[in-house]
Amino acid sequence: METLKENILGSLERFFTEVGSILLFTGNVIRQFFTAPFEHKELLKQGYYIGNKTLPLIAITGFIMGLVLTLQSRPVMVDFGAESLLPGMIAISIVREIGPVITALLCAGKISSGIGAELGAMKVTEQLDAMEVSGAKPLNYVVATRVMATTILVPILVFFADAVGLFGSFAALNMREDISFRLFLSLAFDSLGFADVIPATIKTIFFGFFIGLIGSYKGYTADRGTESVGLSANSAVVTASLVIFIIDLVAVQLSELIYGF
Amino acid sequence: METVIEIKHLEKAFNDIPVLTDINLELKRGENIAILGKSGTGKSVLTKCIVRLVQADDGEVLVLGNDVLRMDDEQLNEIRKKVGYLFQGGALYDSMTVRENLEFQIRRTQLEKNKTELRQLVEESLENVGLLDAINKMPGELSGGMKKRIGLARTLILKPKVILYDEPTTGLDPVTSGEISELILAVQEKYNTSSIIITHDIKCAKMTANQVKIMKDGKFYAEGTFSELCESDDQEVKAYFS
Repeated sequence: METLKENILGSLERFFTEVGSILLFTGNVIRQFFTAPFEHKELLKQGYYIGNKTLPLIAITGFIMGLVLTLQSRPVMVDFGAESLLPGMIAISIVREIGPVITALLCAGKISSGIGAELGAMKVTEQLDAMEVSGAKPLNYVVATRVMATTILVPILVFFADAVGLFGSFAALNMREDISFRLFLSLAFDSLGFADVIPATIKTIFFGFFIGLIGSYKGYTADRGTESVGLSANSAVVTASLVIFIIDLVAVQLSELIYGF
Repeated sequence: METVIEIKHLEKAFNDIPVLTDINLELKRGENIAILGKSGTGKSVLTKCIVRLVQADDGEVLVLGNDVLRMDDEQLNEIRKKVGYLFQGGALYDSMTVRENLEFQIRRTQLEKNKTELRQLVEESLENVGLLDAINKMPGELSGGMKKRIGLARTLILKPKVILYDEPTTGLDPVTSGEISELILAVQEKYNTSSIIITHDIKCAKMTANQVKIMKDGKFYAEGTFSELCESDDQEVKAYFS
């Protein structure tokens, strides 16, 4: 009984220490956003890498997402005689929820793990120490640029995924019935309002921030052994995915509070 | 001779386990001190305390007369520019070419330099270590010895007054180890630098050091010139030179 109590207290202590450490790290990273020198070249380089690495994956996933969602939903809508509502329903589903969450999860798997492994390797091979000794701040040069790049890039990737997803949906509908692209878009966009787009966009900014932050934190705080590089990458994916769902949950509650849905 | 580094009663522990205990050291201008010792005796922690990569618990570390343990980040960065650090594996930035590695080092401190001056500085540093040909290579294309040489070139580009070498010859074949030791001497002669050399390599210590210190359990166990320690009757000291 005593051991169980000690284990629980130990776990709680570790949990709160980790949370405290992440909060401190977050504060330091945000401070670097407003600290000179601003590393615009590195930001562009990271932005290019992140976009370039994930774009094909997002495009394929987005297309399949729209296609499958339409194929699965259509029979039910036909049964209810509500086929004409299908483009609007798919558009709302993709823009509000499926597009942002699926894209963010893909980015967590691809980008967050990549950043975790890269920074972990830099830590193990003393590159971060070398930067520090040379008078450069690794938090400024390495971390802040990556976090800023994901914060900017993830919402753009989500827009892209939404667009490709809608095209996938149109392709699925067009296979089953005769519908023009213009009519499909008209039906889809008639159902969408700012209340759908704005909260979804705001939450993707948070998704992007935390995808970069968690990957960076896990890599930056890796132990010195080579094993820790893999652990950082793995831990970055798991934690970032969990945080994405938590942010989504909070975002849905806030949207309901503000817009009443 | 001017003292460039003075360490007084330095203490460091990790999770209540002492790693450095009452360390005292004085490094004069133009002098090289080699620190020998088994793995895990705190040699690398000592050099990291000097540039505050590791925060010491107690004591004083005076670098060029400034106590690095009690200064703000701005002052620390100024001191770090005068102290070169050669890491064990060279610690070259993987995502940059050799040229970019060297430019990265100077671009924050010497922004007023134009592209031609930057290029000249980079090329001069690479010539010092005999690797100008590798200027456009990525670190992944270099051998262990080349990485250490480039690491030294990157350190030299800021023309430091003190250089800390963390196991400069570890993992290298005897010929390359000898070349690195010669390079350390050449750098000292050319730039009149002072150095602390952490090493397991007795030949390197013999070639480069004016003074040798042996570390054991976080303390200096024995010290003297290389020949004095060679003639020591202490069995533990003898073990290093046999």
